[in-house]
Amino acid sequence: MRNRVPIFRAPGRALLANNKAKESRYTMQPKCILGVIAAAFVLSLAPYVPAGAADAGAAGSLKGTAKIEGSTLKPTRIDMSSDPNCAKAHSTPATTEDVVIGANNGLANAIIYVADGLGDRTFEPPTQPAVIEQKGCQYKPHVLALQANQKLDVVNSDATTHNIHPLPTNNREWNRTQPHGLPIEESFAREEIAIPVKCNIHPWMHGYIAVFKHPYFAVTDKDGNFDLKDLPPGTYTIKAWQEKLGTQSQKITVGTGESKTVEFVFKAGS
Amino acid sequence: MRLRISSAMTIVFLLLSLTSLAQESHVGNLVGNAKKGKALYQRYCIFCHGEYGDGRGDSAPYLDPKPRDFTKATFKCRSTPSGTLPLDSDLYDTISRGIHASGMPSWKPLTRQDRVDLVAYIKGFSLRFQEEKPGAPVVIPPEPSTSPESVKRGAELFQSMNCWLCHGKEGRGNGPSASSLTDSKGNPITPFDLSSGSRFKCGDSDQGMFRDLTTGIDGTPMPSFADALKPDQIWDVVHYIHTLRAINKSQRSQAQAEPKSE
Repeated sequence: MRNRVPIFRAPGRALLANNKAKESRYTMQPKCILGVIAAAFVLSLAPYVPAGAADAGAAGSLKGTAKIEGSTLKPTRIDMSSDPNCAKAHSTPATTEDVVIGANNGLANAIIYVADGLGDRTFEPPTQPAVIEQKGCQYKPHVLALQANQKLDVVNSDATTHNIHPLPTNNREWNRTQPHGLPIEESFAREEIAIPVKCNIHPWMHGYIAVFKHPYFAVTDKDGNFDLKDLPPGTYTIKAWQEKLGTQSQKITVGTGESKTVEFVFKAGS
Repeated sequence: MRLRISSAMTIVFLLLSLTSLAQESHVGNLVGNAKKGKALYQRYCIFCHGEYGDGRGDSAPYLDPKPRDFTKATFKCRSTPSGTLPLDSDLYDTISRGIHASGMPSWKPLTRQDRVDLVAYIKGFSLRFQEEKPGAPVVIPPEPSTSPESVKRGAELFQSMNCWLCHGKEGRGNGPSASSLTDSKGNPITPFDLSSGSRFKCGDSDQGMFRDLTTGIDGTPMPSFADALKPDQIWDVVHYIHTLRAINKSQRSQAQAEPKSE
């Protein structure tokens, strides 16, 4: 027995180091079982309840904008001359996308998501795949959000070869070459906000993929607008993440059928 | 109450024995023992790879490339697809062969059993070995003989697959993207100088080159070509890479010969 303890210490430390990962992985199972039971229960009721009607009536929504204050940040030009196939794809020089500011200081490519407040509810991934496209040797979208285990289609529309290389901390790391037109299908099993994605061949190419265990997330459009639809009534911690400016948090209560508006303001250079 | 304690003990014992099962390793007909592996690890490996297997041993700050972080279970030399766990025999081969041009020596002085025991212990650093199965190993078809046509096709692929953007037009590791590269932990890394004729990190055979091109070298910028190329095309690239090495070798021997003759 004395010998037994030290043998297991090492994996134990690995557990500690990866505590967050462990928690999400291990609590998943009972939740899944609960989910299956709940699903079975709902299905058994299905003939008696008009499907979805109750939900749609009760759900609220959360709209708003992400903004940036006091910014002098400007997109910079990208030199794509090392691969003529990339340079040729742009009539005007391509620019960086790490901070994109639209009308009224709206901040694009920020992820707005429910960080807390959904309790033990579990959510099936949508059947529709998420798509990330390599076009003009840039990622479209620059920031993609999807659900855990949702199918991810990686598309290469460029006349050159890319490699797509996510650098996760809580998911498997893979790195695959993708010539023009070859389809690649992948998925991420665990929540992670957000996974940097690189093309090592073209060093200017980088983007982010955020993985959620629920469907309540949105990426802001070019003017910083977002819309979290079908949010069940409740009190939530809503977070806004931006790759360069960090994360902000607000507590918000959404009533039955209520439409709330919220604004996240990031300060540049802080 | 007593019953409850004993049943709790049984559960704890079962869990412990499950963990120890997961920490076995199998290479050929040898079975590795994590407990024995631990003693070996603490004697030979801990200075670089660290007590917790996270690659942060006492010597780690002085090493480049950095020692492997076993807690991530991302391994360079595998026979399995990118993003999947290696086979026990892959880890065994790395321990046996060592990794050329790094601080990792060959551990052939240890017995085969010792090396298999080490594999069992190293697997215990990551939960992934308990949760996932290794990927299906790459099938390496018989190598067709090299020919001018095969080399030419390989040269075209070296261009169209953008190998040259990192490895350079002549394979010298000096392509336009070379200076930007980092490993997955953000440490600078240089693309392999194919012209150097130096041994490859994961073994220096044509089959080894085929395998590395297919699986990629995880944790580094080198991607997998499993989807992108057919097996015949990968052999073409292998044949082309040989010509890069050969040209340089003859040039180097010439360069070395010239000063002597003066």
